Parts: sequence; C-alpha cells; structure tokens
Amino acid sequence: MTDAVTGAAKSVETPEGLASVEAVLSMLAQSGYIATPEIATAVYLAHHLRKPVLIEGPAGVGKTDLARSVALGLDQPLIRMQCYEGLDESKALYEWKYGKQLLYTQILKDKIGHLVEDADSLDEALHKLNSFQDIFFSRDFLEPRPLLKAMEQSTGSVLLIDEIDKSDEEFEALLLEVLSDYQVTVPEIGTIAAQVPPLVMLTSNATRELGDALKRRCLHLHIDFPDAELEARIVRTRVPGVSERLLERLVAFIQAVRGENIRKLPSISETIDWARTLILLHADSLEPAMVRSTLNVILKRQSDIAEVSGKVEALLDSRDKAGR
Amino acid sequence: MERTLTRYIRALRSAGAGVSTTEAMDAARTVEVVGWEDRRVLKTALGTVLAKSVEEKAIHEKLFELYFSREAAAAAASESQPGEGEDPDSGQLGEGEAGAGGEPQSGDTEDGGEGGDEGGDGGDPVEALSALVRGENPGKMAMALERAGAAAGVDEIRFATQSGYYSRKMMEQMGVEALEARLMEALGRRDAQGQADAEALMGDRSALQKQTRAFVEARFEIYGRSAQDAFMNEILAERSFGALGRSDTARMRALVERMAKRLAVRHARRRKVRDRGRLDVRRTLRANAGHDGVPFDIIWKIKRKDRPKIVAVCDVSGSVAQYVRFLLLFLHALKEKVTDLETFAFSAHLADVSRPLETLPFETAMRAIVDEVGSGGTDYGAAFLELDRDFTEVIDRRTTVLILGDGRSNYSNPRLDVFKQIADQAKRLVWLCPEPAPNWGSGDSCLLEYRPFCTLLTQCSTVIDLERALDEILMAYD
Repeated sequence: MTDAVTGAAKSVETPEGLASVEAVLSMLAQSGYIATPEIATAVYLAHHLRKPVLIEGPAGVGKTDLARSVALGLDQPLIRMQCYEGLDESKALYEWKYGKQLLYTQILKDKIGHLVEDADSLDEALHKLNSFQDIFFSRDFLEPRPLLKAMEQSTGSVLLIDEIDKSDEEFEALLLEVLSDYQVTVPEIGTIAAQVPPLVMLTSNATRELGDALKRRCLHLHIDFPDAELEARIVRTRVPGVSERLLERLVAFIQAVRGENIRKLPSISETIDWARTLILLHADSLEPAMVRSTLNVILKRQSDIAEVSGKVEALLDSRDKAGR
Repeated sequence: MERTLTRYIRALRSAGAGVSTTEAMDAARTVEVVGWEDRRVLKTALGTVLAKSVEEKAIHEKLFELYFSREAAAAAASESQPGEGEDPDSGQLGEGEAGAGGEPQSGDTEDGGEGGDEGGDGGDPVEALSALVRGENPGKMAMALERAGAAAGVDEIRFATQSGYYSRKMMEQMGVEALEARLMEALGRRDAQGQADAEALMGDRSALQKQTRAFVEARFEIYGRSAQDAFMNEILAERSFGALGRSDTARMRALVERMAKRLAVRHARRRKVRDRGRLDVRRTLRANAGHDGVPFDIIWKIKRKDRPKIVAVCDVSGSVAQYVRFLLLFLHALKEKVTDLETFAFSAHLADVSRPLETLPFETAMRAIVDEVGSGGTDYGAAFLELDRDFTEVIDRRTTVLILGDGRSNYSNPRLDVFKQIADQAKRLVWLCPEPAPNWGSGDSCLLEYRPFCTLLTQCSTVIDLERALDEILMAYD
C-alpha cells in the first residue's frame, strides 16, 4: 500500500504553498486568512491524501472564505457551486445544449433530407442516419456545470461545494463519484476524468445530518468561533485602520456577548463589520450609547438585541475587570 | 507503528466513535504524511481523518491524550535502556513480543536485552520481582506491566468494578504467588529476621498492587469508560421516571439532550415535497422560454409542509411532576426543531408557563411553576375550560395539543364538551399517561372518557416512551 500511495502522490505536483503545515499557514496568511493549526493541517492533508474536506461550523466563521483564500494562495481558479433544495445533475454536472441541438437540427434538415434521398428503404435511411447520430451528443453540445468544469481545469482548481446540507440527499449520492474518483460519467460520451484532481472543499451549516457515505469520504474540519487573540489578529488583518485600543475592547465585548443566552451568536464576519462601522463613526473607544446604537450590526434578532442592550454596561465592565 | 495505530483505532471504536476501515487506512496514510515526530500535528491530523463530528472530535481529544501519553511514557522508558534506537514506538514492541509478535528485528533486540537482565538479577524470580517493584529500573517495570497486562487481557475491561479482578490477574502473571508463598514462610518463622523479611515482602506486594491497579485504571479510562457509560444509559432509558433517584438526574439530562438531538436530526428533512403529477404551468413556461416554448424542463407543483407547532398542557401535581420535568426537558432540547412551542401547566388552575421556562434556568423555572399553579387537587375539567376560554387563539389547525397527565381529576366534572372542542380545533391531540393501561379508568381516572377524542393515547413512563411519542408527533409534520 505504501508504494501505491507515494507513487500517486508523486504524480501530483505539490505546490510550494502546500509543502508543509507551516507553508499552508503562511500561504493563507498572505491571502489574508488567519488560520488555526487545525485548518492548516486539514488543507495540507486534503492535498496529500487527495481527499475532499468537509468544513462544518456556525455561519460566518470563514468556511467559504477558506476556500477562496486557498484558491488565491495557490493561484488556481475557484469554482464555486452553491447548493440548494432541488439542485440536480443538470445544474451541477453538465447539461446538453438543447437550444443549440434544436437549431442545428433545423439548419441541417435539408442536408439530412439530401443524405437519405437516395436510400431505397426505410432501413437503409435509418442505417445512414445512424452513422451520424453522435454529432448531437458530442462535447460540442455539452454545457459543463461546476463539477465538470472543475474536472476540466488543466492547472488544477479549488472546487467549493457550498452549503451541501441545503441540497437533497439524492444529490449527495451524485457527488460520491466526483469526490472519490475525481471523474464524471456522461452516459453518451463516457467517463471524463480530472486532468489534475481539484482540491475539493464542502461546507455545511449542519441544518441536516449528512450521509455517512459522504462523511466517510471526506476529511472533517470543524471551525468554531475563534478565541480572543485569534479574533483580534483576524480583525487586524481585515480592517487595517482599527486602533489597538478599540480592537482589544471590541473583541472582548464580542467574546462576552457570545457567552450570553442569545439565539444567533455574532460570528467573525459580524465582528469585522462592526469594526468597520465603528471606524466610520470615528469611535476610538466603546461607549455604552455607541454600542447600543450599533448593536444591530452584530445581532440579527430583535429579541437578542433587547437581551444584550440591557446588559451593555455589565458586559463592558466585566471585561474591564477581567482585563486587570 | 501500525500496531500502535490499530490499537488506537480500536480504543476509539470502543469509545463510540465509528471508524470505518477506509478511515483506518486513511489514518495510516496520514501518519506516513505527517510522521510521528510532532505530537500536536499528529493529533490534529488524526482528528481530521478519524473524527467526523463534533462529538467524535471530543472523544478523540480525550482519548489521544490518554492513549499517547501512555505510549510516550513506555517509549521514553525503553529509550533509557541501552541498545534501543530512538524509535518512539519501541515501547510498543515489548508488548508485541508478549502478544502477536512485533517486527522481527526489533523484537530480537528486546528478547536479547530481557534475557541479559534476568541473568543479572541472579535468577531468583521473587528477588527479581522485588527489585522491579522497588523501581530500580522504571523502564523495565513499565514493560513488565505492559506484558502482564496483555497476558491478562486488561484491554477487555468494561466496568470499573472489574479493576480488582484484572489487577490480581496481572499480579499473578508477574509471579506474585511465589512472593506470597515466601511471605507466608517468613511470617511463620517467628524470629526477628523473619519479621523483617516479611515486612519487606509485604511492602513490595502492596507496591506491586498499587502499580498494577493504576495500570488497570488507566486502561479502563481508555477502553472501558465509554462502554460502561453506554450500558448505564441503556438501563436508565428503560427505567420509569418515577423510579429515578436524585443521582440519576444529571445523567438523565445528558441522555435526554442526546436523544432530542437525534430526533431533531431525524426530522430535519426538507419542508417541501414535490407533488408529482401536477404540472406547474406558469413556471414551466417561464423556464422554457429560451427553448422557444418547447417544454424540455418540466416543473412540478410543490407542496409545502407545516412547521411543527406544539401546545403542551402538563399536569404538575405531585403524582406526575417528575414525568413533566422530563417531557419539558425533552421539548426544550428540541427547540431547534419545534420553534413554535407553548407550554401550559395546571394543577388546581392553569397558567401559561412558556415565559419562565425560556428565561429562567430549568430547575428554578420548575419550582416557580409549581408555586404559581398551586398544589391543590387536580381538576382536569377546569384546566381545559380555562385553556379554551383564555388561550383559544394558540390552538389552530396546525397545532398538536400534547397533554401529559394521569387523568385523575378528583371526581370533578371532566367537561368532555370543552375537551371535544379543543380536539376539533387542533390538528391532533396526543395524551401521554404515566400510568400503565390497565389502571386507566380505575378510581378517579377519567382517561377512558377522554380517550375517544384523542388522536393518540399512550403510556409514557420512560425516556424511550417519550422519544417514541415525540417521534410520532413530529412525523405528522414530515
């Protein structure tokens, strides 16, 4: 088994950014994504084991962004497929260009008439047509959708299958061939294998449990809310204009809010939005009044806003005490 | 190496993380890629490959520390012996030698070293054991423990109570019987020298006992702990709520939460069903405008399903309070699935208790509720009357009314007319009764009179009954 594995690994060139876990970390940092060792390890393994990564975690912790940053860092195209209920193979894999087929039949009508003109019997005419029928089911009439497109990239690519939990269970089954063998089967043409296996990332918000078959084929990465230090680093990268004093206070406040009993916890994207908002408002520290009037940036439910709004002073205070 | 990994995977499986063969192979490849050197990288890498959910990740986190700290200790110990390489896995090979046999080449080294050491100890097994126990060579002791553990089958341990048995078996493997025989003999000598010998031997024996015990307990943490947990949960799930002791409550709460999660997942299916056979003409035409109106893509009508809406009406009088507690725990653990939940409690009279349950900690809320509705004689008729009069707007065609109570109404008027009206107004009416069916209708129970209006009347006294009933309720909304 050992030989087979190393043999396979050799056939795929390892880009510099994926040479080691540290290399992945610094590559991601360069594309503006501050990763934890867990994230970097998963990306590193995804390449070396040639396995897709299933990323789970609350909304807004940077699941989709990870794929974008990896693509940017590797300088490969990002092919994104957004999943939704009712997504099927004609939208994910490939589709025949019906319109073009129809148009061509119309245009070629005369030619076809011409061709079968001198046939004596129906059988002979059919036979003649038979030798041409594949014209309309060739690559020229094939419209590649994201999955097939990813297989066809000669430079390699990052394939992002976003919010897989929103799709139907049947669609998961459809993905299995793509995920384990990196190939797509088109009955009329045959099997199209990837020239360079894409780096596949699937994201899920866990609105439903994914099938075992899919999970077993993937590496699993769970991204949770970051701790204060990491969150501060992320905001610093994303919002360069933020002052250290404000940054520290705002991250501490968000971390405290996450400990409250509210329905929708603020995630990193909300922290970043809030930092931008506060800069726009020229705030250089957190005043209770200012916090209260901008709570709607970090909290998205009226009941949550009401809950936190009554505790703003306490939340700001508790942090001060903890800080000292 | 391979062996260390396979054994770790076995430990994971016995802890309840399902690891498939493919994943085990992936783990082997992962180790090849990342190597054994960096413990932290190894840990996260194996976590990515072997643990496929948050729960499994937690199991991995805990078990990795337990398992590989032992491995590391054994490895360090064997490294201190001359002639051993820097192979971090060599501790394992000593074990392999006692079991199925490790890699031949290193196994030989091990055997050679072992033979030499024994010769050095003068060949007296009791002396050798004493020397070992006194910790003159910790590496050798660790190895001897590993070997005795493998021979005694310690990895099969499932219950904490078995640790005495296994540590005795290990001690026998290590030759404690000879030591005990000599101890008896020394005690029998009745002179000063004999007493001193006996004391020394006794000390060695208890030291040995302590060390084997610690070894067995560490193994229990790895292989047995979760099996025992699973067994306790199984027992608890079938026990009547009424018979639960105070000490079971914490475990029960965890169990209820896990079951609720499982139930929510089972019912987290899509809310729309394609209504095959009914064409959505408008959307079909629009979708095919690009094909000159030739309908290539057919679009069917879609049926939308209702969200579950539950109105729980609970009898909180003394006889049923314990059952209510777990029903409410279960319902609130289902919050993600059942977003529309109204809770009423009654005893002497009825009150809307959704608010305290949402805002207060559970136990406090329960106490406040019992205080509010009073603990007087239960009156089902009055409660239904109040529900129909004051809260009629919460029950509509999408609502399942869920009643938990024994139907013992102290011979008051059951108000069947009001009950019928509630039943007609609701989508379904489900009654859960803690009492077994033969008792229904005996004494002051009006259950049999209420029964014709219920969609479902079922006994519910264990957490399994509860899960089944809620499953049934949610099924109506799938």
